[in-house]
Amino acid sequence: MMMILGIPAPLLFGQLLLGVVNGAFYALMSLGLAIIFGMLNIVNFAHGALFMLGAFTAWGLLNYAGIGYWWALLLAPLIVGAFGVLLERLFISKLYKLDHLYGLLLTFGLALILEGLVRNYYGSSGLPYRIPSQLQGAQNLGFMIMPNYRGWVVLAAIVMCVITWLVIEKTSIGAKLRAATENAPLVQSFGINVPLMITLTYGAGVALAAFAGVLAAPIYSVNPNMGANFIIVVFAVVVIGGMGSILGSIVTGFGLGIVEGLTRVFYPEGSATVIFVVMVIVLLARPAGLFGRAH
Amino acid sequence: MSLSRRALLGTAAAVPAAATFRSARAQRPVVKIGVLTDLSGVYQDIVGPLAVESTRLAVADFGDRGFDVEVLIGDHQNKPDIGSNLVRQWYDRDGVDIVVEGGSSAVALAVSGVARDKNKAYINSGGATSDLTGTQCNANTLHWTYDTYMLAKSTGAAMVKAGGNSWFFITADYAFGHALTRDVGNFVTQAGGRVLGGVRTPFPGTTDFSSYLLQAQASGAKVIGLANAGADTINCIKQAKEFGITTPLAGLLMFISDVHSLGLDTCQGLVLTESFYWNLNDRTRAFSDRLWKRMPNRRAGMANAGPYSSTLHFLKAVQAMGPAEAKKSGAALIAQMKKMPTDDDVHGQGIIREDGRKIHPAYLFQVKKPSESKGPWDYYNLLGTTPADEAFRPMKDGNCPLVKA
Repeated sequence: MMMILGIPAPLLFGQLLLGVVNGAFYALMSLGLAIIFGMLNIVNFAHGALFMLGAFTAWGLLNYAGIGYWWALLLAPLIVGAFGVLLERLFISKLYKLDHLYGLLLTFGLALILEGLVRNYYGSSGLPYRIPSQLQGAQNLGFMIMPNYRGWVVLAAIVMCVITWLVIEKTSIGAKLRAATENAPLVQSFGINVPLMITLTYGAGVALAAFAGVLAAPIYSVNPNMGANFIIVVFAVVVIGGMGSILGSIVTGFGLGIVEGLTRVFYPEGSATVIFVVMVIVLLARPAGLFGRAH
Repeated sequence: MSLSRRALLGTAAAVPAAATFRSARAQRPVVKIGVLTDLSGVYQDIVGPLAVESTRLAVADFGDRGFDVEVLIGDHQNKPDIGSNLVRQWYDRDGVDIVVEGGSSAVALAVSGVARDKNKAYINSGGATSDLTGTQCNANTLHWTYDTYMLAKSTGAAMVKAGGNSWFFITADYAFGHALTRDVGNFVTQAGGRVLGGVRTPFPGTTDFSSYLLQAQASGAKVIGLANAGADTINCIKQAKEFGITTPLAGLLMFISDVHSLGLDTCQGLVLTESFYWNLNDRTRAFSDRLWKRMPNRRAGMANAGPYSSTLHFLKAVQAMGPAEAKKSGAALIAQMKKMPTDDDVHGQGIIREDGRKIHPAYLFQVKKPSESKGPWDYYNLLGTTPADEAFRPMKDGNCPLVKA
């Protein structure tokens, strides 16, 4: 068997591929965070809880209304996104004039409340959610068995990332949004409804988290803590990529997924820490992140 | 302040009830039980509200025998410092006589130390580490429901006997995972098997176990031992199925709530060990039906049910000594409990050893196929029973200072 650095080659390739799969989740999650931070200047700590709500909404749609995975993939982001709009109008919009720290505290509190509520009603051990029948089964790639569903996750995440990037960089809505970030009063003076735009942006960022939540539901246990496990890593991804940088969060998400996958082969105990080690190094070398612009 | 809303409501409910009693009958003695458990974290379903309710059921089943019983509730949040601070406050300020349930291994070891320092009593149910009745044992603590040695002996030995003579461990990287891996590894090698390797996964915070599972498969081991619990175990089992891993998994610490969460489709055929199953015999069914009336829709696993058994035994000991005597010294109370044989609907008849280990049989179960199950919670087939006197580590091997050589 071919060996690379003392590790059998098939195992190494397998880990690289798994890294890409996990990276897909990091990319989707950090994309939503980056949009929200870039446009609203809010450090959205509720992102993990909203990701979890996405998964629970998919579960609820199936178990209370008989609506399956594919519709859930569309409906759950809409439902959770609408909830996000509500949160933004009721709470977050009051904080735009204040320091970042207040937004962070508010969204952190919201996350605790949401997770506590779900835990109270559904317990902590999680609920089962099946992989849709069309995506069951696996492909034998020779060096590893690749479940079809994981392949789908990577594909869906890439498509969603590209769409989001195109909308923000290439459309007139995106251009207005970027302009509003730079100078909101000026854009408003052109007759554009900036508060509405900001509300919808928050809703869209939240919908991305919910989309990731639905994608995650069949793989991970649908439980109240599923987002809390993710959120810290995802924040590290956003910081490494450059706060608010769309492209940065996508590239870094996939890249760190791979770094983490490799750590799991060479030094498993360090796999939860490696991302933060990278973060420290990047911040020392480039304080604005890999793709960030220094202000 | 670590009291949860539930705890506050519980205490608020208990106080007026006790007050009414006091005014009605002059100066009845009161004993206080503190249920310390996980009300908000990953182990909430394994212990949590159902463990609180089973404690209350024990108080109700015991009935009125001349003294009043108050139940207080607290959340340790799986943090040893929070758990031990709360318990210190209970013992010092609130006059709590005994703490039951008492959380996962790390919390258990901390609380046990507080009970010793304050000369109060503590009976752990949810913790796994066999060190509680080993090097860390003391005269104020009992370990009730199960421990890592029992799991290792029952599940580990059974897997080796069935031909699984080479193992790879996926271990949660903290005290409990290390203890469980050590105990199971010993049984495997004693039985002539080999441990081929293992990975230690960061805890908490690991959600994707597929890389570790692939490494386990690549090792060529015949059994993958899961030395973790709760959500970690659930994710391992789910992802092993997803990646088409055919190597048998040994869920070394699994509860019925985990099986319920995963569904029989995913879990069928898994082998696991509990010291209690609701549908084991007439007594366990009777107990479970009473508990179901108080908290419907969930069946208790061993760690949920343990506090019923321990609380009932505590109340019997209080009656034997008289409440005034029982409240004087935690060590004397625990000594009295060790003198009396135990008998309850959860574990049947049993004894408590000198080192604080409660002794009862361990049951090896196999998870049913979906076609075999008659409905929700009908999950286990009994594969075998380890008799009480063999299920736990022999006292001489534990190095507990209480045991005279």
